[in-house]
Amino acid sequence: MQTSTVFLTLLALCVVSFFVGRHKSRLIGMAGGGLQSLHSLPTHYGYMAALWAGLPALLLFVVWLAVEGSVVRSLVIASLPAEVRAQGVDQLGLYYNQLVGHAVGNIEPASLDATQLAASAVYNEVMNYSRNLKMLLVCLVAIIGGMLAVMRVKPDLRARNHVESIFTWILFSCSFIAVLTTLGIVLSVLFEAIRFFQAISITDFLFGLQWSPQMAIRADQVGASGSFGFVPLLVGTLLISAVAMLIAVPVGLMSAIYLSEYASRRFRSITKPVLEILAGVPTVVYGFFAALTVAPFIRNLGESVGLSVASESALAAGLVMGIMIIPFVMSLSDDIISAVPDTMREASLGMGATMSETIRKVLLPAALPGIVGGILLAVSRAIGETMIVVMAAGLSAKLTINPLEAVTTITVQIVTLLVGDQEFDSPKTLAAFALGLVLFFVTLLLNVIALYVVRKYREQYE
Amino acid sequence: MSKDTFKNTELIQASLKKRYARERRFQFYGMLAVLLGFAFLFILLFDIVSKGTPAFTQKELKIAVHLDPERLGVEATADAEQLQQANYNAVIKASLREMFPEVTSRSEKRRLYRMVSIGAEYHLRDRVVAEPSLIGQTHDLWLLAHSEAAGYLKGQISRDTPEVERKVKDVQMDWLDQLRDDGRTRSVFNTLFFLEGDSREPELAGIRAALQGSFFTLAVTFLLAFPVGVFSAVYLEEFAPRNRITDLIEININNLAAVPSIVFGLLGLAVFINFFELPRSAPLVGGIVLSLMTLPTIIITSRAAIQAVSPSIREAALGVGASKLQTVFHHVLPVAMPGILTGSIIGMAQALGESAPLLMIGMVAFIMDVPGGVTDPSTVLPVQIFLWADSPERGFTEKTSAAIMVLMGFLIVMNALAIYLRRRFEVK
Repeated sequence: MQTSTVFLTLLALCVVSFFVGRHKSRLIGMAGGGLQSLHSLPTHYGYMAALWAGLPALLLFVVWLAVEGSVVRSLVIASLPAEVRAQGVDQLGLYYNQLVGHAVGNIEPASLDATQLAASAVYNEVMNYSRNLKMLLVCLVAIIGGMLAVMRVKPDLRARNHVESIFTWILFSCSFIAVLTTLGIVLSVLFEAIRFFQAISITDFLFGLQWSPQMAIRADQVGASGSFGFVPLLVGTLLISAVAMLIAVPVGLMSAIYLSEYASRRFRSITKPVLEILAGVPTVVYGFFAALTVAPFIRNLGESVGLSVASESALAAGLVMGIMIIPFVMSLSDDIISAVPDTMREASLGMGATMSETIRKVLLPAALPGIVGGILLAVSRAIGETMIVVMAAGLSAKLTINPLEAVTTITVQIVTLLVGDQEFDSPKTLAAFALGLVLFFVTLLLNVIALYVVRKYREQYE
Repeated sequence: MSKDTFKNTELIQASLKKRYARERRFQFYGMLAVLLGFAFLFILLFDIVSKGTPAFTQKELKIAVHLDPERLGVEATADAEQLQQANYNAVIKASLREMFPEVTSRSEKRRLYRMVSIGAEYHLRDRVVAEPSLIGQTHDLWLLAHSEAAGYLKGQISRDTPEVERKVKDVQMDWLDQLRDDGRTRSVFNTLFFLEGDSREPELAGIRAALQGSFFTLAVTFLLAFPVGVFSAVYLEEFAPRNRITDLIEININNLAAVPSIVFGLLGLAVFINFFELPRSAPLVGGIVLSLMTLPTIIITSRAAIQAVSPSIREAALGVGASKLQTVFHHVLPVAMPGILTGSIIGMAQALGESAPLLMIGMVAFIMDVPGGVTDPSTVLPVQIFLWADSPERGFTEKTSAAIMVLMGFLIVMNALAIYLRRRFEVK
């Protein structure tokens, strides 16, 4: 592949610059009366040369890759006859994609017209030119950069400081990627969501009680519009999360209390890692377990007592999600309970209270804010959990709070809307991004509140 | 002693029994919660292992195959090309008919053919191409059984189920029983499961392509997330000035750690596929998305490891004239490395088990061929599990569980390695 060839060439040039720079500095140093006459170690001069060779060329390369597509596109389109260029943006895009497909070798020439064939030859030519030019320029910049650095090698050049300040910048850029990622997430979901809200009004989305995103293929079909009411999804998500919390909070909290206050050190050291295995099990495994074992079991159980249970009941998905969250609640509560100062424990026990009275009347009230924070974090996990609900919850949006019926969730809808073939501009696809936006902000809000509460709580006892 | 005090003591004495009972009950609830957690784990693992174990064996049927040159359409002297094209399917069908001459009706014949896997044809072809002298002879050959027949031989389908509810009919069961009584069935280790890609036929489906895809994806993830994560941790711990930008970075890292994984999939779809036009379904994009997802884990654990390095090491290095950067890269990082590696391995284990964001970027395709590079369409092990779990065919249920066992095996090895590293270097 051409990209990797350029990359390897660049790497080789860097290595060469390193050795040349190091060698030259050694020569100069020895001539000037030993290596101590240099400001920095010879390797620093080498690194400097390598960085000068590598960084500008790499930057050029990345910029080139980013703009190559659109520049080539406009060049090829400019070469097309005027009547072809006159067609609409969408048709022109399709037209262009076809000729590129032919140029790459994916589309048989039979399906194209003569202008397209000619244009695809132009495309190949331009691409070829661009590739060669890119290779040439990248190498040239690398060589010039390396040479400039090598020429600057002198005993009083502060190469070490130079290299280190560049390195500090590199370190900074790495940590700035986290900011860029958040920005990327917000912008990508926000832009698509705005386009969605241009088609569907925001109040219909937030307060609509109907969710059926099946858009008709042709405009004249029945039910062409589809309806995008978000409420049933929210209710479904909250229902499943509530079931999950009903399992995870009592079991997780009680286990944490038992392990931190009653259990012997040995018992604790064995039990805790074993229960934490539950946290390491991939969610797809839980989904499989929920769909093929728990859901049929609950349905049979319900039928045996005369209840009608959907085969994709919210109960099954919620139950399994609860199991997944147990270790999460457990370790959070464990941290929080052990942060309560021992003096409080001892004072209560000294007054003659039993252990359980101490826990209920002293420890839990003291730890309550922290535990609430932990539970909020767990809820945000449950809301964002995808695979379990995709595999075990339903697809049709039903507005109900009966856990025995099938409900759908935000994440399930995102997956169903985006998996498989899609046209990118239909409201159906864009709806997934609107849901993603809601999901991102709801979980963000929960997390910010939870982290704030937990931090306040910690500070209280520090 | 006044009368009141005496009365109070009496009251306390009387309530003690109740209070101790409550204490015991509370302790019992705690124990119960722990046991419940154990029970869930046990049921989950037991369910997977009991469903998945049969998938590691395959059933084969010994059929007297008469390699009739006329049916094959080639002579023994034919060249390899012709041998490849010969009609092995017809030979297998004819051999089955010869073994069960009582079968005459069309529907019964179809059932008879359905006992042998479609793949048997290709195995027979490979055999004959390797040894053309077999043509014209009759040999007892072991042919791969169809997944439904294998299900019966493995005892997963019982005769007690009403015939309409099962795919294996009574007459097929009779034939299979007959074969079994003649010693014409056997179990072999399922090598296909580890050597093949996905298939529509459960008995031919394997995890090789998914494993390779997982490998490429994880390789990309590691190559991106490890250096970037470690560099970020180094910057934040050792170089970052206390200012707004640093705060911004820290807040972002903490928030990213809690963003649902599917949102990273949306990011990948919108930015890398639609904007940068990278190939869909490719491990390259999957790896980039997963690396963004695991970055917070790696950064947070690496920071903890760097923090734990004793300040005396830093001061000693600085004292003999090393620069800040030399101190960090020559002295602090080597000491912190076990901790950093532990965190990275845990992050990689997360990435290995993750599937939701990969669904978004199209890594859910039906992949038969083993991918050869990071831009080839491929799938990963958890997504393969998801795809198989969705298949209605019974044979895929055991495949799914078996694939889960393989996945969990990898995760256990990775986590064990992380724990080993932590234990080994904690002492220092």
